[in-house]
Amino acid sequence: MENDDKLVLGGHEFTSRFILGSGKFSVDLIKAAVDQAGAQIVTMALRRVEAGQKDNILDFIPKGVTLLPNTSSARTAEEAVRIARLSREIGCGDFIKIEVMRDSKYLLPDNAETIKATEILAKEGFIVLPYMYPDLYAARALVDAGAAAIMPLASPIGTNKGLSTRDFIQILIDEIDLPIIVDAGIGRPSQACEAMEMGAAAIMANTAIATAGNLPLMAQAFRKAIEAGRAAYLAGMGRVRETASASDPLTGFLGD
Amino acid sequence: MVRINGNDVAAAGQNLQAFLEQKGYRCDRIAIELNGAIVPRKTYAAVTLHDGDSMEIVHFVGGG
Repeated sequence: MENDDKLVLGGHEFTSRFILGSGKFSVDLIKAAVDQAGAQIVTMALRRVEAGQKDNILDFIPKGVTLLPNTSSARTAEEAVRIARLSREIGCGDFIKIEVMRDSKYLLPDNAETIKATEILAKEGFIVLPYMYPDLYAARALVDAGAAAIMPLASPIGTNKGLSTRDFIQILIDEIDLPIIVDAGIGRPSQACEAMEMGAAAIMANTAIATAGNLPLMAQAFRKAIEAGRAAYLAGMGRVRETASASDPLTGFLGD
Repeated sequence: MVRINGNDVAAAGQNLQAFLEQKGYRCDRIAIELNGAIVPRKTYAAVTLHDGDSMEIVHFVGGG
């Protein structure tokens, strides 16, 4: 891969295009997962802390990794803004992944509230990465609201069902002039690769890694798939045709 | 009583920084919201908790 192929988010450059979630697995495995994923960005969530609770996930994240807190548990723009501000107060940078959802069965994002939260937080200097349902008008509104990237879902969170929204993500890739980071529902390396071949700027995955039999090995498989898909996209796909096209010269046969 | 993360705690009259240290919170890992407003870490020592205050103490956990 060319070293000058950078993912740029809010003026920050990344060579990795794999954003790793840190949920649903032991903190003891985070370092191995991050290392094998080659991830430079890791997501996390904000929750209440108990008195005397000494263990903290930040102690397990390798140095130099950019933290991407999410606003999960927010049901409205107002709650997302509150969580974002508290997250920034912990002192790990200005990145925020907005998640606003009220539906607990499918965890689908509320695009309208997400747009409102994006506008407020972008004005406050946050680098805003909104998780959204892949809708072109909502994506355009997020661009106008100051988002640094758009994060459309492939399938509902945690389902590992792959690119259910494939054609609509392609529309966003084609029409939106911001990095499109496919988030949620990617279950296999092949699906991550396909999204990258389509022109996605990056992949965010958590459950696919966290629920794998060998977590660091799956992180490595995703890294390779994402790199392969990116290289294929940059290379430009070979053409498809209906009839055969010989790969070998059609002259100079033995016995001619 | 001070309402902390949804529980009533006998902390009224205490200095916030002293309270956090006594209870074993890691000040470099948390964020605090007191009565709906964020309390910057560098001002913990200047804050006194009052009866009826409502406080949220949060930190990062694993998440997607």
